[in-house]
Amino acid sequence: MRFFLRAILVLVLIALVLALPSIASSYYLSLIVKIMIYALFALSLQLLVGCTGLVSLGHSAFFGIAAYFVTLLTPQTGAGNMLLLLPGAVLAAMAYALVTGALALRTKGIYFIMVTLAFAQMAYYVFHDTPLGGGTDGIYLYFRPELRLGDWVVLNIDNSFTFYVFTLACLLLSWLFLALLMRSRFGAALTGIRVNEQRMRAAGFSTFKYKLTAYVIGCGIAGVAGFLYAAKDGYVNPELLAWEQSGLVLLMVILGGMGRLWGAVLGAIALTLLQEVFQSQALLGDFAKNWHLTFGLAIIALVAVLPQGLAGLPEQWRERRRSKSISPASAQ
Amino acid sequence: MDPAIFLIQCLNAVQYGLLLFLVASGLTLIFGIMGIINLAHGSFYMIGAYMAFALQPLVAQYLGGGFVVTVLMCVLLATLLGYFLEWAFYSYLYTREHLQQVLMTYGLILVFEELRSILVGNDVHGVPVPSWLAGSVNLGDVMTYPVYRLFISLVCILVAILMFWVLRRTRLGMMIRAGASNREMINSLGIDINRLFRIVFAIGVALAALAGAIAAPVSSVYPGMGNAVLIICFVVVVIGGIGSIKGAFLAAMLVGFVDTFGQVFFPAAAGVMVYLLMAAILLFKPEGLFKQG
Repeated sequence: MRFFLRAILVLVLIALVLALPSIASSYYLSLIVKIMIYALFALSLQLLVGCTGLVSLGHSAFFGIAAYFVTLLTPQTGAGNMLLLLPGAVLAAMAYALVTGALALRTKGIYFIMVTLAFAQMAYYVFHDTPLGGGTDGIYLYFRPELRLGDWVVLNIDNSFTFYVFTLACLLLSWLFLALLMRSRFGAALTGIRVNEQRMRAAGFSTFKYKLTAYVIGCGIAGVAGFLYAAKDGYVNPELLAWEQSGLVLLMVILGGMGRLWGAVLGAIALTLLQEVFQSQALLGDFAKNWHLTFGLAIIALVAVLPQGLAGLPEQWRERRRSKSISPASAQ
Repeated sequence: MDPAIFLIQCLNAVQYGLLLFLVASGLTLIFGIMGIINLAHGSFYMIGAYMAFALQPLVAQYLGGGFVVTVLMCVLLATLLGYFLEWAFYSYLYTREHLQQVLMTYGLILVFEELRSILVGNDVHGVPVPSWLAGSVNLGDVMTYPVYRLFISLVCILVAILMFWVLRRTRLGMMIRAGASNREMINSLGIDINRLFRIVFAIGVALAALAGAIAAPVSSVYPGMGNAVLIICFVVVVIGGIGSIKGAFLAAMLVGFVDTFGQVFFPAAAGVMVYLLMAAILLFKPEGLFKQG
């Protein structure tokens, strides 16, 4: 019975996902794709922040490097081959992560935050100050990459529906990958490092290698998000690597709830939607111009009422109910 | 390089470094003692500068005072603001995780920026240099240097000396230093930690606002000025070692010189220089130059 219920639920979900583009207008479809890309980006940071305890404020560098990689290597005359561009973009992000991560992991805590920020700022200034990527103006990507084998075009993501499904597939596969990773021995080791690194080292784990591997994997997934971002908008500029971007994705992870993968997804959905709602002229009229004010106040209020983030909400409720049911009993 | 130009660049570097020190010293105290990563600190710098811009005509009209009175008003109001903010927002977060505090202070940045935009607008405004400081001194035959910049450096040095005196010679300073090296211990020694936190936070806000107010005639006031200074101040705090005023001073001077001369010698890579410096220092000293506690 349970199995059938679950199967029906999954089928309904799939139907909903496939039907969504025909119900939603192109504006909402593009918003949904944007949310999914940020969800993927936040998931990759969750592996570092929530699962391993490495708080990075330089995550946008990897997102931006992958986005620039795709844009710079796509030929001027036609679409590039995704079979080369996607792994290439991810490898470029991972290569930068390997070099900077090996150095940054020498430090801990707030110093780690600042060193990752420093390395991200270096990448930012490379694109900001040199003519490599068009400087501050950024550059355009005229053709979305397509999946080609020889002359055979296997997958073309120009169509907004295909792009939506493709993004969704990337998100779900990465999510599945991370969920399996966290269930593996490797993931258990990462959790151990987050909780008590000293003890893990005493237990014979070479924690540096584990942390570096997690860092490189997380940054590689951020690269996938960057690839999708460049393909979605067809435009990249240095602001993709700015610290505000790293801050935003870190906020998604914190707001969503640390340590739980789906917390990152919830956080990405919540923050992006909050921004959209407060910017909407239709809902708030003229006050939408000052959306930073309402957005900021909403963030402060959310921090006040959600000590464990959105994903911790059920647990928070359960605890409260338990404490309520216990206190009268103990009084008797 | 021409010695006069070199001298001018050195003076610029010192002035920039000293201003950074004013902002960063508050940040490092708040960080070291209260354990709060205060992203809103750049906003306090911005608030100081905008107060100097907005209060100047009011002060001239009602109090009949000039620039000095305006700056004193800014510092007074900023202290009250700091006291209020600590009571209303920050005091609830001490038991939470660090990252929750980051999230809330980020919310505060947005609120402050938008309030600024509603109250003053988004234009760039100049703040007049007071007439008694408007001249310039001659350096060599052709070069001149504005007196007002020298005045900034002088004020910063006086504040720095005052701060070192308070920290080294007074009871409050003793409590602050003790708090920076071991928070739990001074609490168990019977010192009211909540009061200490409130005072430290108000001092930090006042220092940032003072820096903003006296820098306003040189930098003019513009949207986003707080965020620009925030990150560089975090760099200073981290290079100097969290909670160390001495470290913040050295780091601020270092950053001032590296940034100023970086722009002279390597204009293409000027932005990167400071971050390269920080990465290099942290790789050899993973906890900054002078870590406290």
